[in-house]
Amino acid sequence: MSTSAITPAPIPLGRRVKRFMADRPLIPLIILLVILVVILQILRPGIVNERWIANTIKFAIPLAILAGCQTMTMLTGGIDLSVGTVATMSAFIMATQIVNQDPAVAFLLAMMPAVLIGLVNGIGVGVFRVHPLIMTLGTSLIGTGCLQVYQRTVIASGAKIPDFLAWLGTGVTPILGFAFPNALLLFVPLAALIVFTLARTGFGRLLYAVGDNERATRLSGVQYWQVITALYVTSSLLAGITGLLYIGLIKAPSLSLAEPLVLPSVAAAVIGGTSIFGGRGGYTGTIIGALILTVLTTLLTILQMPEGARRILFGLIVLFVTAAYLRIVEER
Amino acid sequence: MTTSPQQQSPLLDASGVAKNYGAVAALRNASLSVLPGEVHALMGANGAGKSTLVKILTGAISANAGRILIRGEARDIRSPAAARRAGLLPVYQEPSLIPDLDVLSNLRLTGTPVEPFRAWVRELGISDLDLRDTARDIPLAILRVLDLARALAVEPDVLLLDEMTAALPANLAEKVLEVVRRQGDAGRAVIFISHRFVEISALCDRATVLRDGATVGVVDIVPGVEEKIVELMLGTRIEKTKVAARAGQGAASAPALPRIAVRNLRVGTKLNDVSFDLRDGEVAGVVALEGQGQDELFAALAGSIRPSGGAIEVDGKPAKFAHPIDAIRAGIAYVPGDRSEALAMQRSVRENIALPFSAALRNWGPIAMGRERATVASAIQRLQIDTRAQGEVQRLSGGNQQKVTIARWIAADARTILCFDPTRGIDVGTKQEIYKLLRELAGNGKSVLFYTSELEEVQRVCDRVIVIFGGRLVDIFSVEEADEPALMRAAYGLPRGAKADVGILADPSANPSDAPAPEARP
Repeated sequence: MSTSAITPAPIPLGRRVKRFMADRPLIPLIILLVILVVILQILRPGIVNERWIANTIKFAIPLAILAGCQTMTMLTGGIDLSVGTVATMSAFIMATQIVNQDPAVAFLLAMMPAVLIGLVNGIGVGVFRVHPLIMTLGTSLIGTGCLQVYQRTVIASGAKIPDFLAWLGTGVTPILGFAFPNALLLFVPLAALIVFTLARTGFGRLLYAVGDNERATRLSGVQYWQVITALYVTSSLLAGITGLLYIGLIKAPSLSLAEPLVLPSVAAAVIGGTSIFGGRGGYTGTIIGALILTVLTTLLTILQMPEGARRILFGLIVLFVTAAYLRIVEER
Repeated sequence: MTTSPQQQSPLLDASGVAKNYGAVAALRNASLSVLPGEVHALMGANGAGKSTLVKILTGAISANAGRILIRGEARDIRSPAAARRAGLLPVYQEPSLIPDLDVLSNLRLTGTPVEPFRAWVRELGISDLDLRDTARDIPLAILRVLDLARALAVEPDVLLLDEMTAALPANLAEKVLEVVRRQGDAGRAVIFISHRFVEISALCDRATVLRDGATVGVVDIVPGVEEKIVELMLGTRIEKTKVAARAGQGAASAPALPRIAVRNLRVGTKLNDVSFDLRDGEVAGVVALEGQGQDELFAALAGSIRPSGGAIEVDGKPAKFAHPIDAIRAGIAYVPGDRSEALAMQRSVRENIALPFSAALRNWGPIAMGRERATVASAIQRLQIDTRAQGEVQRLSGGNQQKVTIARWIAADARTILCFDPTRGIDVGTKQEIYKLLRELAGNGKSVLFYTSELEEVQRVCDRVIVIFGGRLVDIFSVEEADEPALMRAAYGLPRGAKADVGILADPSANPSDAPAPEARP
């Protein structure tokens, strides 16, 4: 587990490179991403083209937004495992309600479970001090159950994917001869907002401070439950929006639509350098973490191996990358 | 030093014990010799090294130097189990039964014989104990007695009791003292750590006094020895320093309303019926031995815990604090003694100082970075914080960290600052800066409540000083009267009877009722 696994830097420069990277934790992540892309290109010459890049970005965006939920909750020492269910619910409700409803009404209906689950999570964690892992797992299971009940009531009406969401999820717009995924229209402002919130707003400051030392924030007059409730509602809203985007990308509503994204979203945040113990991390790293995981998935798909072996490899790589990254960044 | 004639060889004989933590010497040269059949008091002011010595004797930590003889044999006590085998058994202040097990399982766990335990429990005045009760459901006072019974049941040669009667109701305390006294009759020995002279004079045969990590005397307990012990604890610092009343502030321009009026404040069993005023423009000191209720007093004023009785008035209006934010809104800021309680260690100096600004819901939006930078910079400037490592507070020195915790409230312009032992464990230069800052704050019309464990700080900083003992306010001194001997006596609950210098020659017939009632009582 040395730098050479990640950076092909000449050895005499080793220490200086390490120091440099410790100060700019994004650099090793970007280098890793580039290395993965290069490996992909070597294994399948020609695969890395304009279409592949647009596709990768399209698939990385929902993961990156959900990983944003994890980043923010992890900064406070929490986690939000209900994002998959929330995204699935909003997607499923949107696809079924749009059949008979005005799009605006369908949108509001779709976001309702997100607000509700976020509120319950926030109150459970912030007021009743239930561990976030259990709290969000619980609401996630309850949400899935509710969705199954709901499904029976709409079975007759069928489902369709709103054109706008399909456009946003899968469409591309050629600008200067380059096909930009439309999803970036949603993601870029959203990402900018998250980065700004974390760095330059009182709320963002409090997330870091609460995760670092809750007692100190209390003595400074911070009311924990307010911060936590606002946080989990925000996280759920982001998950709800992700669901709408994701249904436009996948185009097949199901009861477990976004569920497979939950654990990768945690992994993306961790790879991106956010500490699961709270107080440390940021969203830019998480975005690159999401890209790394998406490229890694492609890479493992083109390797012709059984699904089981692929998963084992995926797990090993995630563990290895995280450990190596922490070693580099925390070197002082 | 006075010692009884050594006809018998001591049961426990420790000498030259030293312990360093890095560059800090917790113990320099401590000795303790306990004879068979005696109850021996171990005394010393805060930080004198009592608890370090106890931990070494009971194997919790190991000494850097020194010799420990048990029944004349050199023993190397490396673990609590080794201490136990050597016949040394401690009963600490914190109950040691495992909360989730019932009493019987707890006994089995430590190999304690059940029948003797039962007998001791009855002896100690608890008739209705069910051994099947889970420890968690047993009240604290009873748990402490059970701890004692468990220790007695294995018949240790030397029993070590740390503040055994603290938190015990009077009837239990009496039984406990009786049983402890009888231990001596059986040829065993007891080391008794207590701040209460009443108990010590009733119970103990001799006392060993520690000061600054060294044993400074062993005395026989005879009537009037309190003065001698206080003298030993103070050492050379005995000479009286005369300090003139601080000019200008305080009494001269006493406003109609006190800034904070504390009336009959009660917090659980720790703080009882405490009343005093804090005025604008003064630094009021609080002096107390460890654990006399000062933590609860500060926590209640800071809104961290709710008092169980009495009232706090701010600017003449009754105040109820449910959360620190309520106290902060009333302009009351709390600087805790433990820096790690107040700082987000991985965040920058700037974020730590600006933390209270973001607390309220309406300030969750974008931060005015320019204005914040200016406010923080002026606070940093005022406290002269060394900002070379300002990226993460954890990389600052202890003194600079302490400054950050205070700078936060200077930046927030709090009207009242509650400082809990702000100079503990920091260098002399920083201490001086903090004294100066507290005086400046008072000069600007702010009020400061200042708890200190270092008595000499009182006359440097305070206008008045409140002394708390056993959860009660026992005295209020003006700064001129608050020299170290007077404070030390008061902190040990001794009456302000002897007006002369403390010493063996002090008038032993001084009448306790001379002690004036605390002047701030309404």
